[in-house]
Amino acid sequence: MDAAVSLAGVTVAFDERTVLSDVSLDIPSGSFVGVLGQNGAGKSTLMHAILGLVRPRAGTLHVFGRPATRGNAAIGYMPQLRSTVAGLWLRGRDVVATASNGHRWGLPILGKAALREVQWALDMVGAGELAERPLRELSGGERQRLLLAQALLGRPRLLLLDEPLISLDPHHQRNVVELVRRIQRECGITVLFSAHELNPLLDAIDQVLYLGRGQAALGTVNEVITPSVLSRLYGAPIDVVRIKERIFVMAGGVDVEREAHVHDA
Amino acid sequence: MFTMLEYDFMRNAFAASAVVALLAGTVGYFLVMRGQTFAGHALSHVGFAGATGAVLIGLAPLYGLVASTVAGGIVMGLMGARLQGSDVAIGSILALALGLGMLFLHFFTSYATQVTALLFGNVLSVEADTLHALIVLGVLCAILLACIARPLVFASTQPELAEAKGVSLRRISVLFLSIVALATAGCIQIVGVLLVFTLMIGPAAAARHMTSRLGHGVALSAGLALSEAWGGIALAYYTDWPSSFWISALSVGTYLATLSVRQWRRRR
Repeated sequence: MDAAVSLAGVTVAFDERTVLSDVSLDIPSGSFVGVLGQNGAGKSTLMHAILGLVRPRAGTLHVFGRPATRGNAAIGYMPQLRSTVAGLWLRGRDVVATASNGHRWGLPILGKAALREVQWALDMVGAGELAERPLRELSGGERQRLLLAQALLGRPRLLLLDEPLISLDPHHQRNVVELVRRIQRECGITVLFSAHELNPLLDAIDQVLYLGRGQAALGTVNEVITPSVLSRLYGAPIDVVRIKERIFVMAGGVDVEREAHVHDA
Repeated sequence: MFTMLEYDFMRNAFAASAVVALLAGTVGYFLVMRGQTFAGHALSHVGFAGATGAVLIGLAPLYGLVASTVAGGIVMGLMGARLQGSDVAIGSILALALGLGMLFLHFFTSYATQVTALLFGNVLSVEADTLHALIVLGVLCAILLACIARPLVFASTQPELAEAKGVSLRRISVLFLSIVALATAGCIQIVGVLLVFTLMIGPAAAARHMTSRLGHGVALSAGLALSEAWGGIALAYYTDWPSSFWISALSVGTYLATLSVRQWRRRR
């Protein structure tokens, strides 16, 4: 299978801190990959590197066979939700539309084809009606749907979603995961979906990419979520406990994923 | 009703304020969107020092205004995010700018009226050559803004995504603040250093309450600025009170009216 993203000996470091250290992996095209790991494990950094926003200190990073560069139209990206957003009084449709060829010079006036594309993206996430309301009237989950529509503009082949589940309740988390899964299948695209917890993603993902201590492990849930692999990534003895359909990653009796989540909230 | 248009100075005042108001209303909308309203305020203070400095070395104040505000705008654009949270430093520099302007004026005691004109504007004394300069400035800004509008809006609402898509946030910021600087220099000619907010921010803030559509918002903001400026000049003509007072009163009045309409609608 072709690789959507291919890392060979990639090292990413900021000043003295090494975030990724000599990481090599191939993310197969058309797969739904859950990206997991503690805060600071490099989930966002990996996405920034794929987008060409961060340059690896060593190694090569290819996206669909070409070196990673900024402005790659094949990649759709949904950044982490920020608390402050500019233009909160604007209706969702207009904010989504700003991303339609938003990098080109000129007036932000869209042609018929571009307007149809915006409508398509809004329909894909089921936000046709939401989009008529101003952003300030929408909940976090609703804004996130609009951001997802925005990421779909230009029909990317690779979708990078940075922590889309943050600050959502379990019900909305499930909706987002199902929505992304449906879009991923319908469009036949590759999705990298980062999250603090594995369980909400368990039914949807094809593979897990687990990051920790500069290292990475890619594979199916059964291959990666094991005491030996995770102990290496955490640098501490890790137990994997399965209860019914759920998996808990424990270090000395503490659920480390949930722990990370609580600290972040 | 239209007797006031028989006077040259009134025609100049209406024309000059139209150019500046349309420009300030449009630029101001993006300024409010980006949460950079302080920039308009800061650049006008820097402009004061520039204008008085130009007078000191025998140039027209407008040249000093444009040079100093554009330089200030470029520096602010390059500093970018580092400006956030450094309000003490910014405040000190602004105070220094006003102080310097005062010092420059001190050497030209004969220019006492110029102080009032710079601080509070005097649209009724705009002469033909100033009008022409303002038109050139307005057209230049309109062209520049039309070129960067699309990436500007994108970078304002979604900076991370815009950067990933290849938009240079810094370049956009520098270009936009240069346009703000030119618009500020124009505003100072009409309402003065201290009242730049009335044309640049007031109409945009009101428009924001009236529509959630981007295009409508920009048009409304420009239209409000124009009607407030013209209304102010007409009222000044009939009452003999300063036009800057009327423009600021109309600007704040419109803003408060839209605010209360919104509150009232929300409560229903």
